[in-house]
Amino acid sequence: MLVPLSWLREAVEIPDELAPAEVGEAFTTLGVEVEQITDLAASVRGPLVVGTVLDIEELTGFKKPIRYCQVDVGAANGTGEPQSIVCGARNFAVGDLVVVILPGGVLPGEFTIGARKTYGKLSAGMICSARELGLGDDHDGIIVLPADTAAAPGDDARPVVGLDEVVFDLSVTPDRGYQLSVRGLARELARALDVPYRDPADRPATAGSAQASAGRRILVEDAAGCDRFSARLVTGIDPAAPSPQWMVRRLAHAGIRSISLPVDITNYVMVELGQPMHAFDAATLTGDLVVRRARAAERLTTIDHVDRELSTEDLVICDDTGVISLAAVMGGATTEVGDATTDVLFEAAHWDPASISRTARRHRLLSEASKRFERAVDPAITLAALQRAVDLLVEYGGGTAGAEVVDVDQVVPPETVLLSASLPGRVVGVDYPLPRVVELVEAVGARVAVDGETLAVTPPTWRPDLVDPVDVVEEVVRLDGYEKVPSVLPPVVAGNGLTGAQRRRRSVARALAEAGYVEVLSYPFVSPESLDALGLPDDDPRRLAVRLANPISEREPLLRTTLLPTLLATLRRNLARGQRDVALFESGLVFRPAADTPTEVPALPVDRRPTDAELAAALAVVPRQPYRVAAVVTGEVQRAGWWGEGRVADWTDALAAARLVAATAGVTLTVRADRHAPWHPGRCAELSVDGVVVGHAGELHPEVCQALELPRGTAAMELELSALPAREPVPAPSISTYPPALIDVALLVDDAVPAADVQDALVGGAGELLESIRLFDVFRGDQLGAGRKSLAYKLTFRAGDRTLTAEEAVTARDAAVAEATRRVGAALRGA
Amino acid sequence: MSYRNDPYDPKEATLLDPASLDAAVTAAEKAFAAAERADELAAARVAHLGDRAPVLLARREIGSLPPAAKSDAGKRVNAARTAIQAAYDARHAAIEAAERQRVLDEETVDVTLPVDRAPLGARHPLPVLIERICDLFVSMGYEVVDGPEAESSWFNFDALNIGPDNPVRGEMDTFYTSTPGLVLRTHTSPGQVRTMLDRTPPIAIICPGRVYRTDELDATHTPVFHQVEGLVVAEGITMAHLRGTLDHFARSVFGPDARTRFRPHYFPFTEPSAEYDIWFPEHRDGPQWVEWGGCGMVNPRVLTACGIDPQRYSGFAFGMGIDRSLMFRYGVSDMHDIVEGDVRFSRAYGMEV
Repeated sequence: MLVPLSWLREAVEIPDELAPAEVGEAFTTLGVEVEQITDLAASVRGPLVVGTVLDIEELTGFKKPIRYCQVDVGAANGTGEPQSIVCGARNFAVGDLVVVILPGGVLPGEFTIGARKTYGKLSAGMICSARELGLGDDHDGIIVLPADTAAAPGDDARPVVGLDEVVFDLSVTPDRGYQLSVRGLARELARALDVPYRDPADRPATAGSAQASAGRRILVEDAAGCDRFSARLVTGIDPAAPSPQWMVRRLAHAGIRSISLPVDITNYVMVELGQPMHAFDAATLTGDLVVRRARAAERLTTIDHVDRELSTEDLVICDDTGVISLAAVMGGATTEVGDATTDVLFEAAHWDPASISRTARRHRLLSEASKRFERAVDPAITLAALQRAVDLLVEYGGGTAGAEVVDVDQVVPPETVLLSASLPGRVVGVDYPLPRVVELVEAVGARVAVDGETLAVTPPTWRPDLVDPVDVVEEVVRLDGYEKVPSVLPPVVAGNGLTGAQRRRRSVARALAEAGYVEVLSYPFVSPESLDALGLPDDDPRRLAVRLANPISEREPLLRTTLLPTLLATLRRNLARGQRDVALFESGLVFRPAADTPTEVPALPVDRRPTDAELAAALAVVPRQPYRVAAVVTGEVQRAGWWGEGRVADWTDALAAARLVAATAGVTLTVRADRHAPWHPGRCAELSVDGVVVGHAGELHPEVCQALELPRGTAAMELELSALPAREPVPAPSISTYPPALIDVALLVDDAVPAADVQDALVGGAGELLESIRLFDVFRGDQLGAGRKSLAYKLTFRAGDRTLTAEEAVTARDAAVAEATRRVGAALRGA
Repeated sequence: MSYRNDPYDPKEATLLDPASLDAAVTAAEKAFAAAERADELAAARVAHLGDRAPVLLARREIGSLPPAAKSDAGKRVNAARTAIQAAYDARHAAIEAAERQRVLDEETVDVTLPVDRAPLGARHPLPVLIERICDLFVSMGYEVVDGPEAESSWFNFDALNIGPDNPVRGEMDTFYTSTPGLVLRTHTSPGQVRTMLDRTPPIAIICPGRVYRTDELDATHTPVFHQVEGLVVAEGITMAHLRGTLDHFARSVFGPDARTRFRPHYFPFTEPSAEYDIWFPEHRDGPQWVEWGGCGMVNPRVLTACGIDPQRYSGFAFGMGIDRSLMFRYGVSDMHDIVEGDVRFSRAYGMEV
């Protein structure tokens, strides 16, 4: 909220010597955030003076008409001679009072004014528009001051145009609607500065009654939605009467554009008192006014000329013609005050915050009025607001105030809050004496009755946010000063440290980073096309994704079901930026909704713990969100250099990364060939643990690489880390100190036999003397016969209690080979 | 032993002459000194210490001497032989040392050559920073709680006293999904709700993770960012404890002179509520207050909705934005760098922050 200092001063006696920054500090300690303090006097530097236009010479022959003006700026230019200024605006005439910035002056945006030759003339200075002075958006022409302006040529123009003001840009928290007004801010400021306060709503006002007439009857049919509706008529105003300059300026400083006198008055009263108002052109109203909820299919064209279909929840004001106003949110076009309006009906009402909030959101009409009503407006000041508005209109627009004031008042007084006098101390950890608590609560405007240990607090009408005892506690600590809260460490809690899963995630990330992979974080938003690019079949479960209702980009409305699309996009981005050898990894959640996600959720209570069944129902819509890790790699993983050749990444690196993750997690992967998008059908490994598939690794399908503009051969792996079983406690190994027996075997098998099967067979047959086995060579050649390959293994045998004899080692070797022969038809090569 | 076949004539015992022995020593020393390589030295050794070397021939002559002269001659021969052996040993050691030095010289490499065969990877600084913050709180007895990012709206809003009509709900820029009741969490607080529903106090937890708001990505905003939120619920917990905790956090991260400042604020889930600033003495632009996060005393309505008796227990909660922390603490000027995944960004940090 923008509020000028001079306006605040009308309600609170801010000491003159207090700098704006100090006023800002006071706001900060109260919980009103100061976004900015603008000293308008400092925004334009140098000579800014009033001038009288003495002569205008029209210059022709340029792209647009240009005026060469002689302007009397008094003695401000040092000579007293007329100032010659070229001007592109045309909305002024000889004799007009204008605002001139002389050479040496600086406009907002560090725009220094000088004397320069332009359009063939010497222009010494500039005649200013409102926008050039930072006074608003008006750039239709230069500022022409009213003829009765009390200023002579050469006078400082700042006070005349309102550049002697300090404007506070304040951010008010949503619970404190009362601060969205001069009235509320001044009250807080007075308390913080300990200076007198004058309530601008505390003024004599004509009393009203529900039966009174404002030229017509007013019927409130929905007291829950509108617990107070006040209205008064003003007749016979001058439709052409302008808003006074001081009002226009103040509204401009508050960020509100001047529209017409009656509308400006409603806005002025809103900023001053916090009471949003509406002005109807009374001549356009037909019959009685009715306040009710809209009926199904009713429509209204609002003053922004949008035809809206109304909801049965919307609060509306109707006359005999139907709906004429979307209550508290926006008026209707048919009853809008216009150029010819002579009779004005002012409305000041109090509406249900929740209804207004929903209506404003439904129609996307977040107006200054709706913003205040949904944050709660004081229901006690409708008559004061009406009086202020009527007085202003009569004073500046002429006309006659209606004798009667309608006031349908069904406001329920605020409920008393009971709290223990010791509660503030117990919550805050400060020992507040009882009189201090009472003093602070009364400073809010509440009434306090003390009954022994219990305080009965009746909040003021403008503080409907004070409902619970802790709401009162906050006021105590806030007004006492948050800076007085001491700093004390709480008693130590006995915790259990990180969980195994948390430690595993850290270890895995660290291991991949040490293996050369760079960690990245990508957004989880993906497009359906990105899943197409991966070549996923139509029925692939990864196509079943959570869809966002309001995505950042309409192209990417889905939540990722796999880490690969965004990780590969990140890889692509790195390549596009000139990297050639890139290895990336990412870990995080993927979103895997069930096919049968319920479409309705029950409303759960908040006044008690929901039952487990209720919680389960609410959680049924939450998709499974497993934690995954994925790695992608392209280019050299071992660089070429002065030492010789490098090594280009291939499918083995993806497998190695997956095995590294598994080893770090303390589990062993079972690997078998698979066909699974987006991998190359002949170079894709399915990874499983104890029969559960936990991921895939290998080289990407060439078509996927092509679609994603990645180099052919790019390798990738993705593992569901949360699917890996917890690591079992490791039994201590027995370390034999006896010498090993090393035997190499080469086995001939069919090309199609997976090496993993051969090794499994060897391990199975070798028995417990086998300490380790390592495949060290794969060989194919004519001498082996077509479709055959030789696999060479190093077997290490060792016993824990003796040195093995050669016979024992050979026997174990033979048993291993025999098992391989039995399982996969292996033949001992060279045997 | 006899030298029956030796053509040598012992009657001429000239080799035992002192001058001859001196000459033999001098000749040997000269020959050894002249040897440059091990093989040359070996040849010289044969010539001067071998069977036919003058000193060894001289020794044979001793037998031909009269007994009275034998002792004297034996001493002279031995002295000469010892001198020659010493000369040999010294030269041998010198040549061996030179040889070892030559091998080492030949093996010398340019150690300034690049050796980066396998490029290093790196952690992203953001999760590393989160881990650091979690570690700090774990050291204070907190446990780390993870939760889902697509979350039931009851957990994200209602349980936290953010009713359907609370203006705050409109200000949270929530991502909604096509599934009713399912949103992307706007804060990590649902993790606190889940914990309070499942456990009885005392509770001390920290909830790190990704959160979502519908902000467009620009230099300082991102729709996907990271928070760490803390919650302590136990008997007798006060706002002073909250401040003490955050002061400790500030000192740990920003040095012994750091401290916090509370400013009144509004959060539906806490009452009283505050925003807190941290006094950062080593700020690039000089010591100053830096906005750090929100905090407050857990609203009793939240405790009630989560099944915790607010008459018996009280608690505090606090939160902080990690992306902003990273930007401010490590001088990251553009949010794009954090989210785009350019390897140069993570590599700049390596394994730690």
